[in-house]
Amino acid sequence: MTMIFGIPLQAFLGQLLIGLINGSFYALLSLGLAVIFGLLRVINFAHGAQYMLGAFVAMLLLQYFGINYWFALVFAPLIVGLFGAVTERFLLSRLYKLDHLYGLLFTFGLALTIEGTFRYLYGSSGQPYSVPPQLAGGTNLGFMFLPIYRGWVVVVSLVACIGTWLLIEKTKLGAYLRAATENPILVQAFGVNVPVLLTLTYGLGAGLAAFAGVLAAPIYQVSPLMGSNIIIVVFAVVVVGGMGSIMGAILTGYMLGIAEGLTKVFYPEASSIVIFVIMAIVLLLRPAGLFGRDV
Amino acid sequence: MSDIIHTAAPPRTERSGTASRTYAIFLGAGLLLLLVAPLFFYPIFLMKLLCFALFACAFNLLLGYTGLLSFGHATFFGGAAYFTAHVVKVWGLSPELGILVGAFGAAVLGLIMGFFAIRRQGIYFAMITLALSQMFFFFCLQAEFTHGEDGIQSVPRGHLFGFIDLSETTNMYYFVLAVFLIGMAIIWRFINSPFGMILKSIRENEQRAISLGYSVSRYKLGAFVMSAALAGLAGGTKALVFQFATLTDVGWQMSGEVILMTLLGGIGTLIGPIFGAGLVVALQNYLATSEFPVTIITGVVFMVCVLLFRRGLIGEFYASRLGRKLGFEHRR
Repeated sequence: MTMIFGIPLQAFLGQLLIGLINGSFYALLSLGLAVIFGLLRVINFAHGAQYMLGAFVAMLLLQYFGINYWFALVFAPLIVGLFGAVTERFLLSRLYKLDHLYGLLFTFGLALTIEGTFRYLYGSSGQPYSVPPQLAGGTNLGFMFLPIYRGWVVVVSLVACIGTWLLIEKTKLGAYLRAATENPILVQAFGVNVPVLLTLTYGLGAGLAAFAGVLAAPIYQVSPLMGSNIIIVVFAVVVVGGMGSIMGAILTGYMLGIAEGLTKVFYPEASSIVIFVIMAIVLLLRPAGLFGRDV
Repeated sequence: MSDIIHTAAPPRTERSGTASRTYAIFLGAGLLLLLVAPLFFYPIFLMKLLCFALFACAFNLLLGYTGLLSFGHATFFGGAAYFTAHVVKVWGLSPELGILVGAFGAAVLGLIMGFFAIRRQGIYFAMITLALSQMFFFFCLQAEFTHGEDGIQSVPRGHLFGFIDLSETTNMYYFVLAVFLIGMAIIWRFINSPFGMILKSIRENEQRAISLGYSVSRYKLGAFVMSAALAGLAGGTKALVFQFATLTDVGWQMSGEVILMTLLGGIGTLIGPIFGAGLVVALQNYLATSEFPVTIITGVVFMVCVLLFRRGLIGEFYASRLGRKLGFEHRR
């Protein structure tokens, strides 16, 4: 058997794949956080809850309406995005004039409420969501066994990340968004409806989180706690990357996911804290974050 | 940063005579109430309340008087609970020494966390403290001395100074009350000291404090360690009251709870967090018997407070007509 650094190649590549998959979710979630923060200056604590909602909506659509994975991949983000937009329009938008910390506290309360409600209704234990038949099974790559669904997650999340990046960097709407990030008052003076832009952005961020949730549903169990488990790690990812750039958020997400996976191979005890350790080191060396601009 | 504060205890020099008298009356009445309370309420509940009240006031030292929102204070509360429980149970230390060890341990943790966190401000500060405290949570999950999921069980309360038996509930209550009052006195002294004044100036305008030549990060770190130590004092005491220390006390939910207590009672008021803690603890006790999960209520109260009620109970009272008539001041 081929060995790499005294570890069987199979195990090494297996963990690398898991790291890549975790990294995909970190990238998608920190991307959403960065988009929302860029324009709204709100750290969306409810991002984890919206990710969980995505998975739950997919599961409930299947249970009650027989709507399969492929449609859920479209509808769940739309539903959660709409829910996010309504929340922003009627509640969150009242807090923009205040200190940014109130936005954090409000979304924290929102996250607790959503999580508590789902725990009340569905219990704390996870429920399975099966892999769609088209993506079931696996393929032998010669050097390792690759479950097709996992490969699909990596590819799709990469496409979603790049798509969002293109939307923001290359389209007219994205140009408005970036302009409103720099100077909302001036953009409004040019006749752009900035409040609607803010609502759209929050909806987009929430939708992205839900999209990640649907992707995650067949891999992890659908559980009310899945959001709060991941959001704190994503916060650390965001601190490492700095929220200055969209691409930075994506790259940091993948990098840290892979770093976590590799730690699981070489020193499993530290795998749950390695991202926090990296965060601490980055804070020492580059307080603004790897891609950050503001301190 | 200054926006987060809506009320503040007025500086002593500006306080009118009425206010001083009102303060004295309220203080006397409050003390009397606390002394006779065990006759009317379940003592364990009261002790829990006092521990959380001190925890919230310690937290408010940082949020209300320095303008730093820490999302990691569970580390100090729960960490101290573990330390105290360990040294009392395994090393056989006396309860007063055990609590001091807990507070000292929390201060050390505060020094480490503060060292990293004060490198960033505002929202980043909150996220860093949250991430570091999650790291501490995982440490407690895996460390030997914390006994993982089981926690440290059946911690003896022991004898205070060697002769006061704390397994007597009444003795324990007055011991906890004493710890609480000492903690509150330290907080009061701290915020009215020159150091506290400088902290307030940092809260109001950090750039100006820097330009006046103050080493802002040192003051922030000082406040962070002080707040952590006092939170540890509360946590260590709680470990003795309930005779156990578990993972619940170090989880992020606990950090959220203490924020809620402070917000509900009034950020930046000396006594607000006490009332906030009272409400939250009472609510938890009330809901403990029902099926309905506390998280939903906590979350809703959070949102309502942030949207409609940012001054908190005591802040609103200070700002109300009655409050102003009694001589209290509020800003904005």
